[in-house]
Amino acid sequence: MTETIISSLTKEVRIGFEQPFVVIGERINPTGRKILANEMKHGDFSRVEADALAQVAAGAHMLDVNAGIPLADEPAILARAIKLVQSVTDVPLSIDSSIVAALEAGLAVYQGKALVNSVTGEDEQLERVLPLVAKHGAAVVAISNDETGISEDPNVRFEVARKIVERAADHGIASNDVVVDPLVMPIGAVGSAGKQVMHLLRRLREELQVNTTCGASNVSFGLPNRNGVNSAFLTMAIAAGMTSAISNPLHAEVMQAVHAADVIMGNDPNCANWISKYRESAPADAERGRRKRRRRPAG
Amino acid sequence: MDQETDLNEAYDAEDFSLDELDDQDLVEQMHDDLYDGLRDEIIEGTEILLGRGWSAEAVLNKALVAGMQIVGVDFRDGILFVPEVLLAANAMKGGMGLLKPLLAESGVEPIGKMVIGTVKGDIHDIGKNLVAMMMEGAGFEVIDIGINVAVEDYFAALEEHKPNILGMSALLTTTMPYMKVVIDEMITRGIRDDYIVLVGGAPLNEEFGEAVGADGYCRDAAQAAELGPELVRQRKIAIGA
Repeated sequence: MTETIISSLTKEVRIGFEQPFVVIGERINPTGRKILANEMKHGDFSRVEADALAQVAAGAHMLDVNAGIPLADEPAILARAIKLVQSVTDVPLSIDSSIVAALEAGLAVYQGKALVNSVTGEDEQLERVLPLVAKHGAAVVAISNDETGISEDPNVRFEVARKIVERAADHGIASNDVVVDPLVMPIGAVGSAGKQVMHLLRRLREELQVNTTCGASNVSFGLPNRNGVNSAFLTMAIAAGMTSAISNPLHAEVMQAVHAADVIMGNDPNCANWISKYRESAPADAERGRRKRRRRPAG
Repeated sequence: MDQETDLNEAYDAEDFSLDELDDQDLVEQMHDDLYDGLRDEIIEGTEILLGRGWSAEAVLNKALVAGMQIVGVDFRDGILFVPEVLLAANAMKGGMGLLKPLLAESGVEPIGKMVIGTVKGDIHDIGKNLVAMMMEGAGFEVIDIGINVAVEDYFAALEEHKPNILGMSALLTTTMPYMKVVIDEMITRGIRDDYIVLVGGAPLNEEFGEAVGADGYCRDAAQAAELGPELVRQRKIAIGA
């Protein structure tokens, strides 16, 4: 069974068909966050630290780190952000940039096996990013578009994904270290976006047998009650075979959808995780009716 | 209660013919119908006004553009959402189908013209399409030259269409610097000031817009549809047109 292992120095996360769904926290990203962008640009990483801690506390298994700030030294800022996040949390990271030099700077300081986010099917990109991924023994997110655009035909996107997986193999990167992003378009603008993605997810899982991820919050762009759409989307995408997503763990609906989907997919043995998260808090006199665990004497 | 009376009560909807309304009421009804994205009703309303002797220009400005302004304001304020705005734009297009040939015939110039495209290396088009639609809603003629547009293709379109506005979109930090390539080339060729340049896209900000030398940065499509016409109006005043 396909498994992608991502790690920090002390922690390992397994993305896989028979693993609990992996939530990659999306918050450390200055796109559309004016204050955060400005702070990061001027060397203030306090909000990055707070975002990292809050997302891990909310149950993120990994964190995405992006430093895409206009007119700034993105490689240097990304490297600093990664160092800082690794100093305050132990979850593995996804290093997120469309600038190859930034990915390189991030990988240079990263401790563990990172997820490089991302490479597209464009030839020039493939030849620059894949050697970097191979050199660092990292895993990589493969985005299923190429020079010609984002096809509305999921079968065309499947072929792009297949091409990236094959090209990665040429560079010595195994297919279980390629996590395909099927590209989730805003459903409010592209009415068939949901169906496209579900179709593609099934093919990726059954035929290409790769792990998958996506920017899940995209789906609800331009709609009210985005969390409602996001959580339904995640549930459905997990049923179709998606194994991880870059999403916002601070939204309780999102995490609840993921935990419930794990239960239903049989990836939460004995529903233990679900029960421990959602058991109603015990009444004050909780001693009654619950036996204290006896410890056997040591030795 | 059967379903029909139920619906009637819910919407206070009695069947009436648009033709029964006087001009003022019909125009207001069309504003409502645009808001609700009712394409057939907009086409019908446009036909009726034209039949009553309205000029195509008057129908365009008083019924369609004014109606889309209401849509734009509510979109900006988070009352309307993307799918609703797309329906409204589509309804407007229905009316425009009738008006376009008449406007061309009578030599009426649109409020403005815009050439818009996503920059080279970037294949994202949803935001750009939204801007194009909102600008059409504002009464602009929009020439959408697509995605992955190289500098020479921008220039070819500027040459051919002579727009008031050049709009450039990018969704990636790697592709957005290309906006500066295009603007610098405009300066080199001595045509920078012939056009209003607007830029937009998720990773951009105000500061970036200024740094690349654009006339404006638009946070979203609603803002583009406000800023674009305003800048065109100011420029027309400035040159005494």
